[in-house]
Amino acid sequence: MSSPEYWTQPRAGEPDAPHPGVPAATAARPTAEQVIAGLRETDAGGADLVQLLTPEGERVHHPDFDIDISPEELRGLYRDMVLVRRADREANALQRQGQLGIWVPLLGQEAAQIGAGRAMRPTDMAFPSYREHGVAWCRGIDPAQILSIFRGTDHGGWNPLEKRFHLYTIVIGNQCLNATGYAMGQKFDGVVGDSEGEATMVFFGDGATSQGDVHEAMVWSAVYDAPVVFFCQNNQWAISEPLERQTRVPLYQRASGYGFKGIRVDGNDVLASLAVSRWALEECRSGNGPVLIEAFTYRMDAHTTSDDPTRYRLADELEMWKLKDPIERVKVYLVHQQWADAEFFEAVQAEADELAAQLRETCVNMPDPAPAQMFEHVYSEQTAQLDKQRADYLSYLDGFATTAGGER
Amino acid sequence: MAAPTMDRDTETTVPKTQKVTIGKALNLGLRAAMEADPKVLVMGEDVGKLGGVFRVTDGLQKDFGEQRVIDTPLAESGIIGTAIGLALRGYRPVCEIQFDGFIFPGFDQIVSQLAKLHYRSRGQLKIPVVVRVPFGGGIGAVEHHSESPESYFAHTAGLKVVACSNPVDAYWMIQQAIRCDDPVLFFEPKQRYHEKAELDTTVTPGPLFASRVLRKGSSVTVAAYGPTVKTCLDAAAAAAEEGLELEVIDLRALSPLDLGPVFESVRRTGRLVLVSEAPPEASITSEITTRVQEECFYSLEAPILRVTGFDTPYPASKLEDDFLPDLDRVLHAVERSLGW
Ligand SMILES: Cc1ncc(C[n+]2csc(CCOP(=O)(O)OP(=O)(O)O)c2C)c(N)n1
Repeated sequence: MSSPEYWTQPRAGEPDAPHPGVPAATAARPTAEQVIAGLRETDAGGADLVQLLTPEGERVHHPDFDIDISPEELRGLYRDMVLVRRADREANALQRQGQLGIWVPLLGQEAAQIGAGRAMRPTDMAFPSYREHGVAWCRGIDPAQILSIFRGTDHGGWNPLEKRFHLYTIVIGNQCLNATGYAMGQKFDGVVGDSEGEATMVFFGDGATSQGDVHEAMVWSAVYDAPVVFFCQNNQWAISEPLERQTRVPLYQRASGYGFKGIRVDGNDVLASLAVSRWALEECRSGNGPVLIEAFTYRMDAHTTSDDPTRYRLADELEMWKLKDPIERVKVYLVHQQWADAEFFEAVQAEADELAAQLRETCVNMPDPAPAQMFEHVYSEQTAQLDKQRADYLSYLDGFATTAGGER
Repeated sequence: MAAPTMDRDTETTVPKTQKVTIGKALNLGLRAAMEADPKVLVMGEDVGKLGGVFRVTDGLQKDFGEQRVIDTPLAESGIIGTAIGLALRGYRPVCEIQFDGFIFPGFDQIVSQLAKLHYRSRGQLKIPVVVRVPFGGGIGAVEHHSESPESYFAHTAGLKVVACSNPVDAYWMIQQAIRCDDPVLFFEPKQRYHEKAELDTTVTPGPLFASRVLRKGSSVTVAAYGPTVKTCLDAAAAAAEEGLELEVIDLRALSPLDLGPVFESVRRTGRLVLVSEAPPEASITSEITTRVQEECFYSLEAPILRVTGFDTPYPASKLEDDFLPDLDRVLHAVERSLGW
């Protein structure tokens, strides 16, 4: 990468370097334009961006992260992305039709998530934020269970330890520490050290990197050699706040300050995301972790269905990123290699439509929870206090003899 | 709740009966819990070689190793947040917060994650984390070292909150808290760490989430927790010389509150004085006041009175004698109650 000089380390003996290794802050202070240019430098594909499949669908080779992929495996990744996108679009429509309170779109981030999700082994543990519908898909979570969170019928019905996919985390950054603790446990349990080992992967956004918890998680994971892969999806925006509101250096470079490896991958390239994630997980499994991955990608839709991105971002930007679509480039490559024919693409499309129809049906028929559910599982053992509040409220409800509704 | 049975190693290295301080009792309790369950971890700032700034974890790292007694980076959110992850992995972490005023960087993890994961997962995740907090004033410290933040946690559903007041409870309660499958905020009265009492490690303790009548009496009910329990016992001894019989109740559990013994007592005495160092507004004592008036309205002979700190930040230490409830203020409230 042709690093802009303001973040390279001055060499000893150079005029601007009073001490070797210490950047000359005053002389080299970048302008805001330089910061932005630097942050976005590799979006055109700099040397530091690991990419294996170009936006035009051409396979490129990388000296460290090349990958052998079978036609079948690539078709699988394509299918995953199409299905996940279709489910996402359906959920977005469901929200617009009043069936969901809110939806957090994944559009544009399919490659980053499917690449990372498919790199994980069944024994690995994943800690998501709230946009990780693609990773959830890879962990075998029924998309309807994700909808139930946004419909408001529960907080996520799956068993996190069985699925090895933690509950969605809304408070930005919290999950990074929980993941680090979990990874410390993997280390304590002696399941780290060779390629049979376990690892943990935690997902968060570019905005989250400003949170104290993310910083603390990186300090802790470094201090205890915790086998955790920090997977930052840099989708360029934290609601309306652009990346340059969070950082002056490319995010992956922060890892070096903590003393571990950081790498930037083309987050719209499913092959590169898969390859880099596999490598990072392997580093962790074998005891060389942690690793920070910055998946350079773009949020193609609003932050959530409550957001209005036209207030803060330019149409040009969107148009530019449309050309980098994660699904189209795989399709082009599959066709070019003659690894898939029209029949295959039609079949995947039909499967996606079927998934969407099912999802819609499940969503609109989801029963409202019974009021008593509110009082359950606050503690592992119900307290007398809650027992009383529950009984009082239910008997109050019973007073409305004619009220229609679900069981209590 | 049924009284848990404490199956202990009979070949313990400590004598069965000994006179110990609260600090030492906690240390023995932690040691017993760690011996009984290899999944129990102790983590916090300076808990290893130093044994904690109050020496409560003294010697544990030497005997249990660095993986079970973890000196952590200086990050309270990190301490709680990683403890949650460790609990998800099957461990039972006991976190030490160095001083009450420093729990707030960890507050987010406590209220957002620790308290809610069992509920959010519909009971599928158990997060048995204990957070030990030395609390309260009276040690002449600089600011942020003398606070009473317990009400913040009692207000949060999903957390259990307890406070010990003497060595015997300290020894048993810490072990019971560690065995509890719910997260427990465990408050230790730092000005009382050096109070001594006879500890018999062979008795079977009562349940953890239960208040206890420490002194019987018929004139006025006095209820307290943590550091003010001793103040109340001293006040009761002084009052006895005047012919007044104060009933002293150690609340012990702040969430869930066990108010049965308080109701029973107030129905007999008709009078209640609550004593706590915490600022009174929206506090444990205000909660108890509400519930006692709900349950004992017709038994009350006087309004429920409170002796507390004030609704000010904890003052500079030269003023803490004015801020903290002392024997005279307790007796003054007792007199006011009786004079109604
Ligand atoms: C602690 C906290 N502060 C604020 C919010 C509200 N909020 C939700 S998402 C978001 C932006 C997060 O951006 P980023 O981390 O880049 O993730 P992205 O949504 O882009 O994937 C904010 C401010 C929150 N959920 N948690």
